[in-house]
Amino acid sequence: MKKKQKYFIEKFTTIFLVTFLSIVFVTGWTLSAAAADEKPIKIGVVTFLSGGAAGPFGVPARNGAEVLTEALNAGGKVPAPYATKGFGGAPIELVFLDEAGGVTKQVTEFRNLVQRQNVDLVIGYISSGDAIAIPPVAEELKKLTVIFDAGTPRIFEDGSYKYVFRTGAHATMDNVGAALYVTENSPKIKKIAGINQNYAWGQDSWNDFEGAMKAFNPGVEVAVSQMPKLFAGQYGAEISSLLSSKAEVVHSSFWGGDLEAFVLQAGPRGLFNKSTVVLTAGETAMFRLASQIPDGTVIGGRGPHGVFAPDNELNRWFRNAYNERYALFPTYPAYKMVQAILGVKAAYEKAQAANGDKAPDQDQVIAALENLTYDTPSGKVEMSLGKGHQAVQGTAYGTVKHVKGQLTLTKIKHYPADKVNPPEGVKSEEWIKSGFKKTK
Amino acid sequence: MMDLLTVLIDGILYSSWLFIIAVGLTLIYGVMKILNMAHGSLYALGAYAAASLVGFWLNHGYAPLGSYGMLALAAVMVGLVMGPLIERGLFRFFYGKDEILLLIVTFALFLILEDAIKLIWGVDPYFVSEPYGLLGTLELGGLNYPGYSLIMVGVSIATGIGLLWVLQYTRQGKLLLAVIHDREVSLAMGINVDRFYLITFTVGAMLAAVGGAFTAPTVSVVPGMGVEVIVLAFAVVVIGGLGSLQGAALGALIVGLVRSAAVHYLPEIELFSIYLVMALVLLLKPQGLFSSVEARKI
Repeated sequence: MKKKQKYFIEKFTTIFLVTFLSIVFVTGWTLSAAAADEKPIKIGVVTFLSGGAAGPFGVPARNGAEVLTEALNAGGKVPAPYATKGFGGAPIELVFLDEAGGVTKQVTEFRNLVQRQNVDLVIGYISSGDAIAIPPVAEELKKLTVIFDAGTPRIFEDGSYKYVFRTGAHATMDNVGAALYVTENSPKIKKIAGINQNYAWGQDSWNDFEGAMKAFNPGVEVAVSQMPKLFAGQYGAEISSLLSSKAEVVHSSFWGGDLEAFVLQAGPRGLFNKSTVVLTAGETAMFRLASQIPDGTVIGGRGPHGVFAPDNELNRWFRNAYNERYALFPTYPAYKMVQAILGVKAAYEKAQAANGDKAPDQDQVIAALENLTYDTPSGKVEMSLGKGHQAVQGTAYGTVKHVKGQLTLTKIKHYPADKVNPPEGVKSEEWIKSGFKKTK
Repeated sequence: MMDLLTVLIDGILYSSWLFIIAVGLTLIYGVMKILNMAHGSLYALGAYAAASLVGFWLNHGYAPLGSYGMLALAAVMVGLVMGPLIERGLFRFFYGKDEILLLIVTFALFLILEDAIKLIWGVDPYFVSEPYGLLGTLELGGLNYPGYSLIMVGVSIATGIGLLWVLQYTRQGKLLLAVIHDREVSLAMGINVDRFYLITFTVGAMLAAVGGAFTAPTVSVVPGMGVEVIVLAFAVVVIGGLGSLQGAALGALIVGLVRSAAVHYLPEIELFSIYLVMALVLLLKPQGLFSSVEARKI
């Protein structure tokens, strides 16, 4: 090729490329500007994906999030009032983070989620330890954080937060409900015993149960309170101690592998025959351990979830959708995750409507979520404690009975929210000690 | 007033479990001077392998009593596969280097194995409860105990006596004792120390897996079950003296009885009791109960 021709070809190519790229760039820019209203909302979801808490809690929670998000993003699949696509038209994008690894790691990972991955909000936390450590960091980073499961009452009783919410009721409800149920179903209780894991969850659960039982059954005494190490796994000596204690009621907030080991080890030894055993978190192990949980065991699901959930349209849709995808029925962690996402959706859309149908900012969503009452597959959720940041619900308990080889729950009793949750401004422990006074 | 007999029985049952999980660790340390942090993962591998094998066995409708054989088989298989794999494939490259390096290598191995287990078996729990229920219950001291507890005691006694007999009364055992006592001189005398390392590690891995396999029917096999065991095994081994079989047995017995007493009489300190024993023993005998002070080799 002659030099002159080569020069022209090069020049032409350059001009062509520059023009082409400019067009592409401008088009893309315009399109993205137009799509700003359709920008996906990125939610960081923190739940146990490995370790002992994954099987019973983390994985069902993740599954619940996935089922709901898919249906929401498709638009029109979830029953009213949640039929709009995503959050107010904007699609939802989930970023999963494994909650395993301990509190220090989780605090670091939370910062990563917020600052590196730029999530719009965080929904998560099963472990009470994490749930106490994260809120101050959320306040510092000014990121909306919704705790969906952790049970310790202390979050909004010992602190006050603007950016942190909890859409599930806390563990005081579980244990007061348990105390109510066993008192109603076995009148003469002289001695109680407990076996709980030795950390915040187990200790708070036992304290609340003990306090409530003493209020409902004056004169009852604690025969023994076993507090083995979390994940200990071998409970031979503890079971012997419980058997010797001759307590009418044995309370346990055990979960996961510990719960399953306890049931496997205590069942053959007759503990469930000699005493009424209350498993406040038993619902998660109900199906896997079905044949091993003896009749007469009292089981709770940390709220009106799973088999305790009401027969409303949302619940029917959710159970169906979950079962179709996973060939299992959802347990309470899945319900509580769905409850959290729907809460944010309800608040977002309420704020959007008040904002002239434009995408609301974080402060507007927070204002809408405070003191909100919204519908879920488990019934109504009221954000009425902790200055509008802590949810209350009713709860339910049932007794195990095997019918034709299948595990069913009989004598199911529901308790309304105000009977099992403290009033606003009163700490759970004081509420129980005062004999459940309604006002301060 | 708690029945003393119950405390004793519970103590012995717990001690037998502690002995099984600790003996492999002390054997490996005694011979190879390696503190194997991956011991917990081998325990977990034994449990998972047992879950899979017993599941396979029972699904094919074979005699339920054979599931006990499956437990033992699972442990043996894990030992035979993982032992040579780890020792020849990994440790061999670090002999003669700083001991700390090998400790870190075993820790890395532990992390890798934990994730490998999750990759193979997933995060859902496994149940192997059929062997547990087969032997019914028996009454001891007024309380019901599962017959399976006797199997645990039997396995730990058999293991202890078996190991002791091999070490004291067989030729290979005596050669191993020589290696334990002084590796360099044994090398100089013509003992194939490398082969002994391989055999010892394989047996140690098998023992860890035996602990896991026979524990599996009493619990749900979940990820992370090995982590708890490392701490307990380490405490028992330190109390008894690193490398001493009798020490592991005595350490297990003391810890089991103290813990059982704590659970029955003072549950609040139960969590702390094992470390209390460890602290007391180390205060009085820093090398553990059965170890003697070693002259430092320059």
